[in-house]
Amino acid sequence: MANTALDPHAAITTTASGVATQPLTTADGKPLVRALARSQSRARRKAFLLVLPLLAFIVITFVVPIGQMLQRSFHNDGFSANMPNISAWFAQTERGTQPDDAAWQALAADLQASAEARNIGVVGTRVNYDMPGTRSLFTSTGRKVRKGIEPPYRETLLEIDEEWADPQLWATMREVSTPYTANFYLASVDRTRDADGNIQQVDENQRVYLMLFWRTFWLSGLITALTFVLGFPIAHLLATLPMRKSNLLMILVLLPFWTSLLVRTTSWMVLLQQQGVINDILVWLGVIGGGQRLQMIYNQAGTIIAMTHILLPFMILPLYSVMRTINPSYVRAARSLGATSWTAFRRIYFPQTLPGLGAGAMLVFILAVGYYITPALVGGSSGQLISNMIAQHMTSTLNWSMAAALAALLLGAVLVLYWLYDRLVGVDNLKLG
Amino acid sequence: MLDDRHGEAFVAFEHVQKSYDGQTLVVKDLNLSIGKGEFVTMLGPSGSGKTTCLMMLAGFETATHGEIRLDGKPINQVPPHKRGIGMVFQNYALFPHMTVGENLSFPLEVRGMPRDERETRVKRALDMVQMGKFINRRPAQLSGGQQQRIALARALVFDPQLVLMDEPLGALDKQLREHMQFEIKHLHEQLGITVVYVTHDQGEALTMSDRVAVFNDGRIQQLAPPAELYERPQNSFVAGFIGENNALAGTIEQLDGEKALVRLDDGGLIDATAVNIREKGQRTTVSIRPERVEFKPEMMPHGAHTIEAQVIEVIYMGDILRARLRVAGSENFVMKMRNTIGQTHLHAGQSVRIGWHPEDARALDPV
Repeated sequence: MANTALDPHAAITTTASGVATQPLTTADGKPLVRALARSQSRARRKAFLLVLPLLAFIVITFVVPIGQMLQRSFHNDGFSANMPNISAWFAQTERGTQPDDAAWQALAADLQASAEARNIGVVGTRVNYDMPGTRSLFTSTGRKVRKGIEPPYRETLLEIDEEWADPQLWATMREVSTPYTANFYLASVDRTRDADGNIQQVDENQRVYLMLFWRTFWLSGLITALTFVLGFPIAHLLATLPMRKSNLLMILVLLPFWTSLLVRTTSWMVLLQQQGVINDILVWLGVIGGGQRLQMIYNQAGTIIAMTHILLPFMILPLYSVMRTINPSYVRAARSLGATSWTAFRRIYFPQTLPGLGAGAMLVFILAVGYYITPALVGGSSGQLISNMIAQHMTSTLNWSMAAALAALLLGAVLVLYWLYDRLVGVDNLKLG
Repeated sequence: MLDDRHGEAFVAFEHVQKSYDGQTLVVKDLNLSIGKGEFVTMLGPSGSGKTTCLMMLAGFETATHGEIRLDGKPINQVPPHKRGIGMVFQNYALFPHMTVGENLSFPLEVRGMPRDERETRVKRALDMVQMGKFINRRPAQLSGGQQQRIALARALVFDPQLVLMDEPLGALDKQLREHMQFEIKHLHEQLGITVVYVTHDQGEALTMSDRVAVFNDGRIQQLAPPAELYERPQNSFVAGFIGENNALAGTIEQLDGEKALVRLDDGGLIDATAVNIREKGQRTTVSIRPERVEFKPEMMPHGAHTIEAQVIEVIYMGDILRARLRVAGSENFVMKMRNTIGQTHLHAGQSVRIGWHPEDARALDPV
C-alpha cells in the first residue's frame, strides 16, 4: 500500500481496518462523527425550519389542550383554593379525626370568606362531584353566613343545616381538600372511598361506567368484524374490476363520506323506525305480523347498523390499496400447483391482505371506540357508548375532571390494544395506502 | 424429435379459437401437437396469442372454440388444480409470505403428502437447482436468478409430466439468462419432462427448443426445429422475425419446379428457391441471410446470377465484418464476412458484384 499517504480516503480505511475501538477520523484528524454532523447540519436546520409551522400548530392546538384536559383528571383545586383554612386543618390531622373547635372555626371562616367572594358555588360543585346532593348545602349555608358568622360555630352551622354533622360529608371534604386526587379515576371505574378512605364499589344502581366501557369495546369489536365481513368482498371486487367500473364502484363506496351526517342519520330513521320502510316491507311480505314490528333504531341495533355503515369505507380503503398490489399470478401459481380455489384464497391470497386488514381493523376500532354523534342520535339508551357519557360530563353536568378521567382511561385502553397489536402482528406490517 | 403425427401427441390443440371480447379473435384456428418429452417454444411478438395459448393449456383461460387434450384426455372442463401441470411465471410468483422451503412444500401439502416425504422431496428439488442452502430464506432475500431457480424447483417438485414456462428469463440480465437457458435445457433432458416455453426472444427459442412455433396474428406461422426455422423460413414474417435478413422485392421471371428466376425492381436478375409462390409474374420478396451473401466469384456456384452492389460502410465487429451495401435501390442490404486472415477488406464507395447459392435465396410472399 504505497499510496496510503496520498489517498485522503485511505486514512479512514486504515483506521477502520486497524483498532476497532478507536473512533474514526477524517484525513486531517478530526473525528468523523463530528465532521459528518457539521456537513449535514445546514440541511438539517433547513428541514427543521420547514416543519416548524406544523410543529407549532400541533403544539398549540393539540398537545397543550389535551395535556391541560388530562391534567384536570387528577387535579382540581375548586375546594382547596377557596377553603384554605379547613384544608390546612385536614392536612394536619389524621384521617378519621373528629372535627374539633379549631376545625369548625376554620370551616366557618372559609365558608364566610368564599361566600363573600362568591366562590361558594365552585366549592359546592367540587364536593358535589364526590358526594352527590351536597351542592345546595354549601350554597344555602353560604347565603346565610355571607354577612358574618358568630361563635359557637358548630352550633350555628348545625342550626343552619343538620347535615354539617354528617361524618360522610367530613370524609368527603377531607378527600377533596387536596388539589391532586385519584378519585375521578376511581369514579370512572365505579369505585369510591368510604368514610375511612377504603376503596369500594359504588351502590349497584349507580354502577354505569364499567358497563359502558365493556359495551363500547364489545360493540366496537362487533362493528369492526361486521365491516370486515361486508368490506372484504367489495374491496376484492374493487381491486380486480377494470379501472372504469372500479372507479364507479369506488364513488359508491365513498358516497357516505360526502353525505351530511344528519342526512344519513335521518335516512336511517326513515328506514329503520317501527313505522319505517323495512318494517313495512317485512309486514307486507308476511314475515312478521303487524303487531310484532321490529325495534331497529333508538337501541343497540341502531347504533350497530349506522356505525357499521359509516365506518365501512375505513375498512374498504386500506384493504383495497393492499389488494391492488397483490399480483393475480400468486393465486394462479397456487392453482397450478394443485390448490383448490378455497385453499389458494386461504393460504396465499388472504395472508397477503393482512397488512390492509390490520390497518382497516385498527382504524375502524379506534374510530368506533371514540364515536359520539351516531350513538347519540340513533342509539337510544341501550346504544349509548362511553363517549356519550364523556360528552354529558362536558356539556351538562360540567364535571370536566370526570370527563377527562374517562377520556384518559379510554385513551389508555386504546394504547394497550395498540401495544398488543404490535406484539401480535407488528405495527410495521400496517399498510394504510 | 418425437413425431406426433402417429396419434401419440401428449399435448394437442385442435382448431382452438379464443376471443376475449366477442369482436376479434386473439387465437385463430390453432392446431398444435406436442410429443412426450419434447421441448416446444412458442415464439412471437407481443399480442401474437402465444401467452393466451399457454394460459388455455394451464386452465386460466377457456378456449372459445376447439379442444385441448392432455395425454389423450380433453381438458377443456378440467380446473387448473386438477391438471397437474407445473408452471413457471414471468415474475416467478413465489409466495412472499412463505420461506423457500414452504413455497416448495405447498404443492405437496395440498396433495396431502406426509411430512417426511415432503421434506425429502423439497430437499431433492432444491439440490437439483443448487439452492439447498436457501431453504429458510424468504423470496425477497434472494436475487432474481435465485428466485428463478426456486420457481423452477417449485414447478418441478411434484413431478409434473408437463411444465409450462411463461417468459421465465425475461427479468434476468444477459449473462445470467444464457446460463439459465442451459440449466433449464439440462433439467429437461435429465428429467424427461415435456416443456412448453413462451418467449419473445428468438435467441432463447433457438438455443433451447426441439421445435419452435412462430406465432403472429393469432396463428402459427411455422412450426419447425430451430435449424430449419432459420435456414428454411416458410414465409416473409418468419424470415424477418428470426435472425437478420435481407429482403429484395421483385417479380417472378421464370419458374421451374423449385428453381425461380426473379427480376428485381431495378432490372437485375437473381436466382432463388420458390417457397410459397405458385406462378410466373407473381410479386415476391426474396429473403437472403447476410452471412450467405458472397462477393468473391470463386465462392459462388457455377452459372449463378450476380448483381451490382456498392459498399456504403464496413463495420468492424470483432468476429465478423459487417458491410452495408446499396443493392437494387435499397441501402439496407447487409453482408457479413468472417474476420479471418487473408479476408479481402472492402472499403466504402467500392463496387462489387454479389451473388449466392440459389438455395439460400428464398422467394416468399410479398411483404
